[in-house]
Amino acid sequence: MKNTIGTSLKFERTIDSAFRRVCWTLALLTILLGGLIVFEIFYHATPAIKKYGFSFLTSSQWDPANEAYGVLPEIWGTFYSSVLALIVAGLLGVSVAIWLTQNFLPSRVEWFLKTVVELLAAIPSVVYGLWGFYYVIPMLRPFAGWLHEQFSWVPFFSTPFTGPGILPAALVLGIMILPTVASISRDALSAVPSRLKEAAMGLGATRWEVIWKVVLPTASRGIGAALVLGFGRAIGETMALAMLAGNSSRLTLSLLSPSNTLAARLANQFPEAGPSEASALMFAALVLMALSLSANVFGVVINLRARYKLARVGVAR
Amino acid sequence: MSMSPATQQEFDTQSLFYNRWKSRSLRNSLMNWVSGSIALIACLPLLSLLGMVIYRGSRALSWSSFVELPPAPMQEGGGFGNAMVGTITMVSIAALLAVPSGILTAIFLAFLGPDSKLAEAVRFVARVLSGLPSILAGVFAYAMVVLVMKSYSAFAGGVALAVLMLPIILLTAEQSMRMVQARLIEAAVGMGCTSAQVVRRVLLPTAFPGILTGVLLAVARAAGETAPLLFTALFSNYWLVQEGQLKLAEPTASLAVFIFNFSGSAFDNLVEMAWSGALILVLMILTLNLSAQLLAKKLQR
Repeated sequence: MKNTIGTSLKFERTIDSAFRRVCWTLALLTILLGGLIVFEIFYHATPAIKKYGFSFLTSSQWDPANEAYGVLPEIWGTFYSSVLALIVAGLLGVSVAIWLTQNFLPSRVEWFLKTVVELLAAIPSVVYGLWGFYYVIPMLRPFAGWLHEQFSWVPFFSTPFTGPGILPAALVLGIMILPTVASISRDALSAVPSRLKEAAMGLGATRWEVIWKVVLPTASRGIGAALVLGFGRAIGETMALAMLAGNSSRLTLSLLSPSNTLAARLANQFPEAGPSEASALMFAALVLMALSLSANVFGVVINLRARYKLARVGVAR
Repeated sequence: MSMSPATQQEFDTQSLFYNRWKSRSLRNSLMNWVSGSIALIACLPLLSLLGMVIYRGSRALSWSSFVELPPAPMQEGGGFGNAMVGTITMVSIAALLAVPSGILTAIFLAFLGPDSKLAEAVRFVARVLSGLPSILAGVFAYAMVVLVMKSYSAFAGGVALAVLMLPIILLTAEQSMRMVQARLIEAAVGMGCTSAQVVRRVLLPTAFPGILTGVLLAVARAAGETAPLLFTALFSNYWLVQEGQLKLAEPTASLAVFIFNFSGSAFDNLVEMAWSGALILVLMILTLNLSAQLLAKKLQR
């Protein structure tokens, strides 16, 4: 009897230590996976990095026949469309977050609004592209045409509207990153301790005075993080831009002009690329990764700090 | 603010009452209207998008959409059966790779070594990975699998999707394991359970609904991804199973890439097919999402 207990204990212990080891190894592999992604892209980009170096970032050519590559227009297009999208998403997202957290709505309507925003996040990028191409662009056409006719001296409207371009791309992109901005801002806003709000209300402040002077300043770091993370998401968004941006590399301020982004360039060119172009595309992927990782790391760090700061004054939820 | 002692003699008590025509009150209601209409505007795109997808998607939808191969231009009928099979296959491959490793890693993060340096690092990497542009997962799988196997394949697509699923599963599983009450675990440990027994008998059963929610969300996300499949699985006009063999090492169709390829077509019947595909894809994903949310709601009770 004693013997069987001894062996089964030993058996359980062996299982246990094996199990611990497997979990530990897999945790380590997760980190290695992160490293491997960086390494693989860097490794395959090396030929292009050696050949083009820094001029890859400052040249506007993309000419596979002469093996001349540069991504300046794509970098510009990525930033331009992302900043415009962030303006749309910031305005809409923060308003939605305020309406969801500051007791504006009966709980059913609140649930509806929350669900709508969550569903927006669930719609695949390619469906946004389809919708943008067959619905948003035709809808914008008369308005954009009018803008160009009346205000063609303003650099933003200096080119005629040809369909796919920065304006529709940025609008759709803004709707796509709206859920990211809204949900992170919502977390930040609901982390504001209610006693601060109650104190301000007790002094006779109106609801919006409370929001402007107490809630938003207290949650400002979290909202900042939401904007940075939304920006990071916009930089890497691919399909909708590949379908809506126009796939034409131009350095222009015009909202109506076709454009291109790093991710859209990858999506459009990669499937048909020869070896030298593939290496240049890997370099472009590396640039994209550097941009989006720095936005992400920055956003994650701000968000953690915001929570840490709230936790230190003892007011976090 | 102006209640200095000097004003106490002739204090107008009327000023304490709410007056809707005061500039402060006016500003307040103006902001109510402005922000309310902005929040309302935020709902419009989803309604318009869903309306368009349902309206245009249902027009060309028929039984043959599910069981036939993509049509040629101008050809009647046809469907995207092979693309649906391809999507399901690749998402399954990705789930096979990402679910076990994600859950086991989450066990390490939540239970075995929650405060270790390794756990901190894993959490950070997972957060950063969850913001990785999906096309970079495709570039990674292209370099790791396509270049090595020298062929576009369903397997490469699965690897790319797994990279995107892993952080979602990992982070949600950790979250739900942390919600398991400490006293349950302490009781099990006090009875002499080994860690493996605690995990199997207490931690996993209790956290199961939360873990499942995370898995469903990850599957829903992977099913809709296009960018990582563009140059890993590519596309194919044929069935995945040919002559009784499952061709996992060959280019594979997926619903998302089907929509992308056909949406830019100049032929009306192909564009209609793309809309039908979009309807089916959206229905699949919304079903997964809603069931995940129902699960989460049940959890909260």
